[in-house]
Amino acid sequence: MNGVLAAAGDTSTGEAVGFWILAPVAVVAALGMLFAKKAVHSALLLALTMLCLAVFYLLQDAPFLGVVQVVVYTGAVMMLFLFVLMVVGVDSADSLVETLRGQRVAAVVAAIGFATLLVLGIGNVTMQSAGLDDANASGNVQGLAQLIFSTYLFAFETTSALLITAALGAMILAHRERHQRKLTQRELSEERFRGGRNPAPIPGPGVYARHNAVDTPALLPDGTPAEISVSRVLVARGDVREVPGRGEVVLREPDGEPPAGAAPSVRTIPLDEDE
Amino acid sequence: MGTLLAAQSHQAAGASGVFSLTWLLVALPMLGAAVLLLGGRRTDRFGHLLGAALPGAAFVVGVIEFIALLGRDGSDRALSQHLFSWVPAGGFQVDVGLLVDPLSMCFVLLITGVGTLIHVYSIGYMEHDPDRRRFFGYLNLFVAAMLLLVLADSYLTLYVGWEGVGLASYLLIGFWSYNPAYAAAAKKAFVANRVGDFGLSVAIMIMFAQLGTVSFQGVFAGAGHLSEGVATAMGLMLLLGACGKSAQFPLQSWLGDAMAGPTPVSALIHAATMVTAGVYLVVRSAPIFELAPNAQLVVVIVGAVTLIFGAIVGCAKDDIKKALAASTMSQIGYMMLAAGLGPVGYVFAIFHLLTHGFFKAGLFLGAGSVMHGMNDQVDMRRFGGLATVMKVTWITFGLGWLAIIGFPGLSGFWSKDKIIEAAFVGDGWRPWVFGLAALIGAGVTAFYMTRVFLLTFHGKRRWSEDVHPHESPLVMTVPLMILAVGSAFLGLLLGPTGALKTWLEPVTGVPGDESTALPLWSLTVLTVVLVVAGAGLAWSMYLREEVPVTAPRGSWLTRAARVDLYQDALNESLLMRPGQYLTRSLVYADNRGIDGAVNGLAALIGGTSGRFRRLQTGFVRSYALSMFGGAALVVGAMLLVRL
Amino acid sequence: MNPMNYVYLSSFLFAIGAAGVLLRRNAIVVFMCVELMLNACNLAFVTFARMQGNLDGQVIAFFVMVVAAAEVVVGLSIIVVIFRTRRSASVDGANLLKY
Repeated sequence: MNGVLAAAGDTSTGEAVGFWILAPVAVVAALGMLFAKKAVHSALLLALTMLCLAVFYLLQDAPFLGVVQVVVYTGAVMMLFLFVLMVVGVDSADSLVETLRGQRVAAVVAAIGFATLLVLGIGNVTMQSAGLDDANASGNVQGLAQLIFSTYLFAFETTSALLITAALGAMILAHRERHQRKLTQRELSEERFRGGRNPAPIPGPGVYARHNAVDTPALLPDGTPAEISVSRVLVARGDVREVPGRGEVVLREPDGEPPAGAAPSVRTIPLDEDE
Repeated sequence: MGTLLAAQSHQAAGASGVFSLTWLLVALPMLGAAVLLLGGRRTDRFGHLLGAALPGAAFVVGVIEFIALLGRDGSDRALSQHLFSWVPAGGFQVDVGLLVDPLSMCFVLLITGVGTLIHVYSIGYMEHDPDRRRFFGYLNLFVAAMLLLVLADSYLTLYVGWEGVGLASYLLIGFWSYNPAYAAAAKKAFVANRVGDFGLSVAIMIMFAQLGTVSFQGVFAGAGHLSEGVATAMGLMLLLGACGKSAQFPLQSWLGDAMAGPTPVSALIHAATMVTAGVYLVVRSAPIFELAPNAQLVVVIVGAVTLIFGAIVGCAKDDIKKALAASTMSQIGYMMLAAGLGPVGYVFAIFHLLTHGFFKAGLFLGAGSVMHGMNDQVDMRRFGGLATVMKVTWITFGLGWLAIIGFPGLSGFWSKDKIIEAAFVGDGWRPWVFGLAALIGAGVTAFYMTRVFLLTFHGKRRWSEDVHPHESPLVMTVPLMILAVGSAFLGLLLGPTGALKTWLEPVTGVPGDESTALPLWSLTVLTVVLVVAGAGLAWSMYLREEVPVTAPRGSWLTRAARVDLYQDALNESLLMRPGQYLTRSLVYADNRGIDGAVNGLAALIGGTSGRFRRLQTGFVRSYALSMFGGAALVVGAMLLVRL
Repeated sequence: MNPMNYVYLSSFLFAIGAAGVLLRRNAIVVFMCVELMLNACNLAFVTFARMQGNLDGQVIAFFVMVVAAAEVVVGLSIIVVIFRTRRSASVDGANLLKY
């Protein structure tokens, strides 16, 4: 471990403190991601790890990358993950029972062995820390730009092609084939009228309304609440506020008959409760 | 020998005048074959007439050229006609050309003359066969190929004709190929011939490798520079070719079965002409054999063995055609023996070849005539007493019989006697061994030919009940008569007068005046005595005594001879079975060893993969674990290397 | 304090992220763990930049962020599509591509 000698004065105390605080956090978060049962938790823990890494970048004279890490990774990529998780099902949880025989043991052994090998290899290397003061003399971003637009210009240009390709690929993959002809506007409106439903927009709160919240039904001219003015979901959940003295709002099927199990679940909330 | 080389390598004069027609000799029968075989059923109506007429036309051309040749000086009788350049490949030049000289002229006349007679005979013999046109097509093809063989001026062209006659022979033996036994006989002949052809092709390759040329003129001119070993190898390979084509020991087994073909085929191809091609080859290649005494000795041995072999087999056969086939083998053995003796024998080999061509063709056609009258029956024990009902056949067959046994004055007497005399020339053990073989062969020949004659035409009638023998039509008997006349007088015409000797001298050279081991007159007397003894024995066994309709068991020699002295069994056990075992073991090795290794490897890989496949569980996390474990290993390895 | 401590921290975070990838079955959580691994790498890059005294490490970290942003977009849309068809975001669910 020759590195110990050379490294004594390499880092400031502040950096060391930051490292020793954040490194365990990163590792724990990573392990948490590994063991979390719910994918959402995994995603959030990963975001935490990434944030830690962003701080490490900042500590290591890489402010540009630190910011990019926060913006692109934690901000964009992880949010994309969450978005997809939403599509797939936020609640989806892995069963933790391993189905492949020996896979778990082998994976753990391989991971630990790999880490051991890396640590052994790294431990045998002596490296002088040169520091980036010279390279960052005219600013980190300027320094990176210098390299990207000279030495790595070609690679940089190529990544643009890569990004375009990726965007195209994502569009193609996500594209859903249409199996029927698209309905015209005329057909749509005919369908709407033929269906016998109310073709007009759902009514607003009404003339006598004292609230315009979505959970408050509109009042008809005779003061009775209009059923169709509140979302059926809210009615089903029983989150509809009662109009004083006018009775409950009952969920009805289009033909007017109340469904069997709908009424008992309706919960009334006094209008004055939250005033 | 010097004169011989000079004679054969002498620059042949270019053909002009009537000799520019030489190509017609080959082209006419070839045209016939093409028309008949390509023309299909349209030519059915006139096919046999065309097929008989074209060899006749070739015969006329041959006679005209012969007369023209007679008018020329003896040393000026080799004329070559260049037809076209065949293989113009850098240092290897082969031109297709035809060579007319006294030797090839002998063959041209024999082939076209006897061939035409047999074609005419076939018109009658094959009258009721629905495929007569095809038969004539094949016959014409054979005549064309045979003429190309004898007229070729290079070994490669000769090889073309050689293969052509082999093909025609195959097609004609298997002419009635719906009979599986006949088809098998055709295949057997073809395969046995192939063994011989292999020898000939190797000989040609040696020529090219050593001399860079395959033309007769080039080879004979360069032969003098060859070492004796090369000449011997060349000679032995040529002999192998000759053995295959001429049914000489040890490749003789196919000839008996070749009698499966129609009888005119047996007469033309398997008696008179094609089977003598081997003798032609040996005589034509005389300058090579002269340089290789060992090869010559082998030729003589082969000839002697075959002549005894054939004679013994001939004694036991009850099938008239097979008996004649064995006789053919034996007679060609005589020719081969003579051809191996060197200049002293060449002329007599050719002489016997010519006379044999006549009388054996006559005998076969006579046998065909008998079969024609006896519902295609071939078992001689079912014949007997036919002399009275088939007079013309009886007389002509009788003349042939007298000729072949060497009855004094007839053709066989002149030619065979000369061969026996030539076999006795020389000193040491050879004249005694080969001379005695030839002498004994003459006696045995007399026995078995007399047996054939007596069993067929004399004695009691042992016919099956449903046969009504009758004389054949004129179209068949006229060729028989002509051939019989030839059998009787050809020898007298060519032998004692020395006509053939003088005629062939430019090709075969002049033999030195060599003395025989026994006085000449005693040889003649001995021969005649043996012939009379053989014939008398046959007379006592087959005319004086009752001939049973079913063959008696006989002595072990008879039984052996009936199965061709176990030649087929020998071939089967020595060549076929080991070959079969070899292929079977190879198949086994291939199936079990090579396929096993390949399939085993495949199964191993497949099985392993099948198990490793289980690693592909489809669970991404398993894969990720593997990757991560691998990464850990890599890191570990790097650390290990660095630390 | 030795700046190497940041690197040790980075190693731990990386290993935790890797373990999460291997252990969790919710695709979104797995994805988050991948992000954690990327962030761990970034921390190492930034630390090394500081030790080397030049800004290249920071530039690389910047590029990693860009690529990660693109990756998140595509990856999340894939997850959405899978969820849409399978009604589940379990990585073990989609295991048809196997032996």
